[in-house]
Amino acid sequence: MSKFPHYFSIWDKASHYGLKWTAWAVLFFLMLPILVIIPLSFNVEPYFTFTDGMLRLDPDAYSLRWYKEIFSDDKWVLAIQNSFFIGIFAALLATVIGTVAAVGLSRPEMPFKRLITALLLSPMIVPLIIIAAGMFFFYTRFNLVGSYLGLIIAHATLGTPFVIITVTAALTGFDRSLYNAALSAGAAPLKAFWDIVVPLIRPGVISGGLFAFVTSFDEVVLVLFLAGPGQRTIPKQMFSGLREQINPTILAVATLLIVVSVAFLMTLEFLRRRAERIRSGQ
Amino acid sequence: MAQKPIILSAEETVSARRELFRRKFMAFAFVSPLLLFLLFAFVAPISTMLYRSFYNPTVAVLIPQTIAAMKTWEGKSVPGTDVTAVFAAELKQLAKKRLSGQLAEALNRVRPGLSSIVKSTARKMRRAEDADLKEKGTELLMEANGVWAEKSTWRAVARAGKVYTVDNFLTALDLETNESGSIQRREATQIYVALYTKTLRIALIITVLSLLLGYPLAYYLANAPSKLANALMLMVLLPFWTSLLVRTTSWIALLQTNGVVNSTLIWSGLIDTPLELLYTQFSTVIAMTHILLPFMILPLYSVMKGIDPSYMRAALSMGSKPVPAFIRIYLPMSLPGLSAGALLVFIISVGYYITPALVGGTDGQMISNIIAFHMQQSNNWELAAALGTLLLILIVALYWTYDRLVGAGNIKLG
Repeated sequence: MSKFPHYFSIWDKASHYGLKWTAWAVLFFLMLPILVIIPLSFNVEPYFTFTDGMLRLDPDAYSLRWYKEIFSDDKWVLAIQNSFFIGIFAALLATVIGTVAAVGLSRPEMPFKRLITALLLSPMIVPLIIIAAGMFFFYTRFNLVGSYLGLIIAHATLGTPFVIITVTAALTGFDRSLYNAALSAGAAPLKAFWDIVVPLIRPGVISGGLFAFVTSFDEVVLVLFLAGPGQRTIPKQMFSGLREQINPTILAVATLLIVVSVAFLMTLEFLRRRAERIRSGQ
Repeated sequence: MAQKPIILSAEETVSARRELFRRKFMAFAFVSPLLLFLLFAFVAPISTMLYRSFYNPTVAVLIPQTIAAMKTWEGKSVPGTDVTAVFAAELKQLAKKRLSGQLAEALNRVRPGLSSIVKSTARKMRRAEDADLKEKGTELLMEANGVWAEKSTWRAVARAGKVYTVDNFLTALDLETNESGSIQRREATQIYVALYTKTLRIALIITVLSLLLGYPLAYYLANAPSKLANALMLMVLLPFWTSLLVRTTSWIALLQTNGVVNSTLIWSGLIDTPLELLYTQFSTVIAMTHILLPFMILPLYSVMKGIDPSYMRAALSMGSKPVPAFIRIYLPMSLPGLSAGALLVFIISVGYYITPALVGGTDGQMISNIIAFHMQQSNNWELAAALGTLLLILIVALYWTYDRLVGAGNIKLG
């Protein structure tokens, strides 16, 4: 028996298969760059392309040479340290003020809600080059250009919209009467907030913080404008490497970053499942 | 059962209002730390950039006395020696402090060609004695170069000396003011309008491409069994959360002359000589489509998940063919996701910088790249600010549309 109902014409069947194959082709397009870069990073030759040896799967054509190079190069080591340092502090700052703001924003009494939401989310939308130019002009006056503090503030700015989105999402469907019950049972507002609201939004807060960290970890335009030579980060090092002399060390770094993204995605998925469990009241 | 209307006494109304106000204030108090932070870290910097596009102090700071002396000059003839001699003296001071290059650059922006003249005149003034400059500064200036005897040169100096100006916007729109003071198309070079048009065109191509690629995939995922859909969704989210530079690097590896794409094409016998794929508009469009595609897929997928399949089944069971049923039933219902995704992709691609800078070559540069160029290489910060302001106006208009249609709070992160 045919898989399709009898009224399907040949065109309908073709479009069914067409859809399936198109979808898989698009998935291939999405994954291809990531899949290509991983084996290339093990290339023993200093090229960005597959050698004959690699295609024959000759073990001598593969090596860890470029990975060793990363950790023996002071510039890369400094860049890795800087990226983590700036990313962690930017994410912490963004998470704290972003979470508090999201709590206020999800209250039904919040005045000018729509306008303020649009303003708070606008760092996601305004082109980075405009933010970078403006920050360069403005931060110079406070000696923030070429300093860690300047970059942390700049990256926290970019991270706050993600925290707002994730925490607001965690708060929708939050039953206010739980909080009110705690208040009427005599809890101080802060204690009620800490004991009732915080556990419910924790997964949202953590994933917002992760988003903020990844945003900072991956950001390069603001770094190009605001960082001094001492604050070079991984993306900046990659950017100048790609512009000046292309070196397969970049491919090795890229592969390590893909591993970071996979870990990040798995954590998010874990948090999402946990949030669902909390929602359903298990 | 109808609810009994609640009638409050005057006292209760007052206290209810007070309570509402207290709650509004509390909600606002929670948001205020972030508002204050963004005011300093984000709004003030952007306002500074807007201000810089009008504010043009360079010349007025470099030759303050000349500009002050020119206040009374009406521009009908070459200014008198009260201006020219002061200018000669200030030029000498600048040459001594090695600042004449800055002045030359600033004047050159108002009148192309003045740069080398200002520099050479400054060198000659430097050699002159102070006393001589006071006595016959005007003559020395006219001897140094004939352009100082032309009133149009002094008009340019006066123009450049204005602290607040719309000149940068005129330049950014390929306009200029002519002798009589009216605005006309710039005769010399037409760059920026063409660049804005090109940026919008590239953004539009990227949007259409992501729609063509994203719609079928989102449809397939939304109608696949949920286990499969969740697994495949990871293949959308992994590239989405992979570093932008990693993805751009991959496209360089794929598209370069001896890269994976060319090698595959040659190996398969489709072409004999490698194609020039990298450092073109083509590579910009491909790499950016790849980077922005998830922004299209995520809102489409979430809208399509909510479309009840029974509508399509009803249309089919009543005799409609699948394709017309899709166009008349499904497509209109998926429009919210489609407009959200398309606007988001368009907004982000208009202001994109990194990918065009790395894979675009000269052909694939967009407006952000020129802003960066004026910030970092030509040091024409005022023009960069004016170009940025125009870009910002465009983005705000698009963002406003997005907020009306979709609501800014509904951005999907996966």
